[in-house]
Amino acid sequence: LSFLECSWRFCGRFKALWMKAALPDFKIRELTENPIGGRIIAAFFPPEKERLDFPSFVRILAHFRPIGKNRSRDRAQPEQANSRTGKLKFAFELYDQDRDGKISREELLQVLRAMLGLQVTEEQLRSIAERAIQEADLDGDGAISFDEFKKSLEKVDMEHKMNIRFLK
Amino acid sequence: IHAGLWLLVSAMLLCCVSPLKAELKNSQHDSHSNSNITGISIVSFKWEHVKAPYIVAVWVLVCFLCKLVIEANHHVTSIIPESALLICAGFILGGIIWGADHQQTFSLTPVVFFYYLLPPIIVDSGYHMPNKLFFSNLGAILVHAIIGTCWNAATLGLSLWGCQKGGAMGDLDIGLLQYLLFGSLIAAVDPVAVLAVFEQVHVNDVLFILVFGESLLNDGVTVVLFNVFDAFVTLGGAQIDAVEIIKGIISFFVVAFGGSLLGMVFGILMCFLTRCTKNIEIIEPGFIFVVGYLSYLTAEMLSLSAILSCVFCGVCCQKYINANMNENSVKTVKYVMKVLANGSETMIFVFLGISAIDKTIWVWNTGFILLTLLFIFVYRFIGVFLLTWPLNRYRLVPLEFIDQLIMGFGGLRGAVAYGLAVMMDEKKIKEKNLMVSTTLIVVFFTVIIQGILMKPVVTWLKVKRATLHDLTLIEKVQNRVFEHMLVAVEDISGQIGHNYFRDKWKNFEEKWMMWMLMKPSARKTQDHVFSVFHQLNLKDAVEYVTEGERSGSLEFIRNDSVLIDFKKKLGDDMLEAMPDVTADTSFDQGIMLRDPVPSVSLEMHEQTMNGLREMEDLNSHHLLQEHLYKGRKQHRHRFSRNHLSINTDEDEVQEIFQRTMRKRLESFKSAKMGMALPKTISKHTKKEQQKTPNGKNRISVDEDYEFSEADSASGYDPSFTYRAGGGIENPAFMADLDPVVPLQIPPWLAEAELDSGGVAPSQRAQARPPLTAGDLRRLAPLRISTQSTDSFMMADIPDAEQRRDSFDLPPPPPPPP
Repeated sequence: LSFLECSWRFCGRFKALWMKAALPDFKIRELTENPIGGRIIAAFFPPEKERLDFPSFVRILAHFRPIGKNRSRDRAQPEQANSRTGKLKFAFELYDQDRDGKISREELLQVLRAMLGLQVTEEQLRSIAERAIQEADLDGDGAISFDEFKKSLEKVDMEHKMNIRFLK
Repeated sequence: IHAGLWLLVSAMLLCCVSPLKAELKNSQHDSHSNSNITGISIVSFKWEHVKAPYIVAVWVLVCFLCKLVIEANHHVTSIIPESALLICAGFILGGIIWGADHQQTFSLTPVVFFYYLLPPIIVDSGYHMPNKLFFSNLGAILVHAIIGTCWNAATLGLSLWGCQKGGAMGDLDIGLLQYLLFGSLIAAVDPVAVLAVFEQVHVNDVLFILVFGESLLNDGVTVVLFNVFDAFVTLGGAQIDAVEIIKGIISFFVVAFGGSLLGMVFGILMCFLTRCTKNIEIIEPGFIFVVGYLSYLTAEMLSLSAILSCVFCGVCCQKYINANMNENSVKTVKYVMKVLANGSETMIFVFLGISAIDKTIWVWNTGFILLTLLFIFVYRFIGVFLLTWPLNRYRLVPLEFIDQLIMGFGGLRGAVAYGLAVMMDEKKIKEKNLMVSTTLIVVFFTVIIQGILMKPVVTWLKVKRATLHDLTLIEKVQNRVFEHMLVAVEDISGQIGHNYFRDKWKNFEEKWMMWMLMKPSARKTQDHVFSVFHQLNLKDAVEYVTEGERSGSLEFIRNDSVLIDFKKKLGDDMLEAMPDVTADTSFDQGIMLRDPVPSVSLEMHEQTMNGLREMEDLNSHHLLQEHLYKGRKQHRHRFSRNHLSINTDEDEVQEIFQRTMRKRLESFKSAKMGMALPKTISKHTKKEQQKTPNGKNRISVDEDYEFSEADSASGYDPSFTYRAGGGIENPAFMADLDPVVPLQIPPWLAEAELDSGGVAPSQRAQARPPLTAGDLRRLAPLRISTQSTDSFMMADIPDAEQRRDSFDLPPPPPPPP
């Protein structure tokens, strides 16, 4: 797998990091200040597991690779991690903590609260969440499914938004 | 029509120009003859007194008239860019003057250009610069600006010199240094030209900012190179040694960084000023213009780069100024800057054209000119490719080949080059006229020919265009999530990247800068997601009300469970018909007058399904609206230089707005329902009755006038601006409905009848049903969504006063004109 190739280069540094990450009380100072830091850390850990192994770690980081040109046109291949859909899936899962495939109002509200909570009142947060769902929700079920999420972000330039350069 | 227009304008111009010339000559005689005063002259011709400002004003008028004529026909302007047409207009004008005078008495002088015409454009660019885009691409921009310009200058100078040695240009007395000087002045990409040409082809943001940013920042290099080579030419070739060259390099750093720092200082000064101007909000915009201009002049004075100074001044201060200043001031600054910048640009191009029609400056040397053109073109492309190749290694999103082509093609030279050329000293540079002519030809070539070709080339190469799309809340939220995500991943991986710096800067900014530079009230409302939310709300609210009036149904008022989702239910044609809600008068068009369908249709959905009704005659409607709102306008503008009174009294504003809305909704309701008018309205004397098509009697608005007159007598003075959502912070809010409010009609509605004598008032305006308590209770607050609670509305009240968000939706990001 190509992403493993490049990550092999940084193996040493990564190894140190994922060892840290594998500890239950993972502390990187800035990350604690980050509003969604907790969620991102949680995203690294596969469900139901307390420890993180190296391939999983790398697999998550692979989402942040720049979108490259497809070398193989093999349609049968599962969706690549760093493709647009892969990135969107990662972002989606940040919201969807209970993994039910939909972002409910509560889940969106939690994220909003974490990011904006200090500046905006609770009622306003609720309205923002409500409105956001209204914008994206096409089938009217009051929650955002992955397809709706994808569609609402179709104009966002993922190449700029979700890429870490050194992973190239 | 257009031919006639042209004839008229050219005749006018001729008349303007020739009497001016004639008067100039006559004035000398006049002043002599007036020295013997024989008696009191009742009227005298004081030409000498007003000469200077008069000529300036007439020239400005003439340039604007040219622009008017040119823009009359969109067909032409879509093919040929406006700048090219302006230059041609300049040719014509120059020809006229030439014909009148047999010499060119007018041309674009460096002083006028550099001190009066260029600053507005640069200040405007700095102020409207998309900061995020600019700083993320700053590396690429700097590389192209500095290294690219040096490359262009060096290669051009050397190649021309080589060609001269090779004999391609005949006999010319130009030394190597002079070639380098010429190269330096013609190498720089010009911001005015870039703006003028690129505004018509909306290429994608990154490409635009690269070319435009380069054109702005290369001024630092141009100034240095020009001065250095000028000094070298003066010194002569013999005295140039390593010391001088090192001095030259140092001066580059001083000029560039000094200019930028100076600009930042002025920017911060501006922020402080706006922080303290709470009491003089009327003059706030003035500060911006004056300080911006001062930054330009100060840099000129200190021989630093004036353009850099201006740009950084604008770049640094825009965020804080927009937060600090009153909404109106922000708008004023924006529009006045656009006017000034656009006007300057027009004048520059016209004057360029005029200056060309001058026999004395033209020296034609085919070899020189053609070679210059060729080299400029070729070396630009080579330079761009050479520089982008290493850049792409470090960029996150590499620049594609096609983008690079357009960057090369977009290397337009403009008036700055001409200004510098004219500034050359002819005693030192004997072939100055040749250089000036060549510069002119290069400028014309790039602006006209490349300008014309730009659009077809962009379309042919399928360059990515600028995307304009509506803001959606979810995008904004998601963008924020992405930012945090990236910072987190960078933290995890221990890499210090782009996002790390951006995050650090944000924290620094929040801690220190905002505290220093922003008003306390402005600080609280800084959150971007929230401001987007607010704007979307406002937009929704206005659409909501408009739709309600238009279809006349109040189902959405009565039925809480109806979820109004405008995006789904309104078709595209509805949105087209929807006015631009930021303008006052446009609200008029939104208020559609209905001839009600006999059967009451309560379902809004159903009504929209019925398709759009016919619009009423817009003329009478417009007239009526004008008069309907006249009272308000009268109240708004008191004749006072210091005070544009805007009623900020929260309660009064709310009450007034509620009353209006209630009025309107009720009138719709009754129009459908055919309510009999109960006794409470008997207070009013019936002055007029007008029959409606439905045969129902309606009491005209006249009597309301009576009532409201009593109103005004009792001191009701709503001196507030009723802009759709503008002065009133949250029009969607109608929580505090006082059920016992007496029947009061806002004077502006009432005064309609006075003025619109010949116009049949709309049915809506005619109906004046009473408000009973029961009705009012049903007029529940307009809800944006069913889920929002009252507390949401309540929460907005205290914030409303503090909120300084500009009402306008953020404009879509096209390149600034």
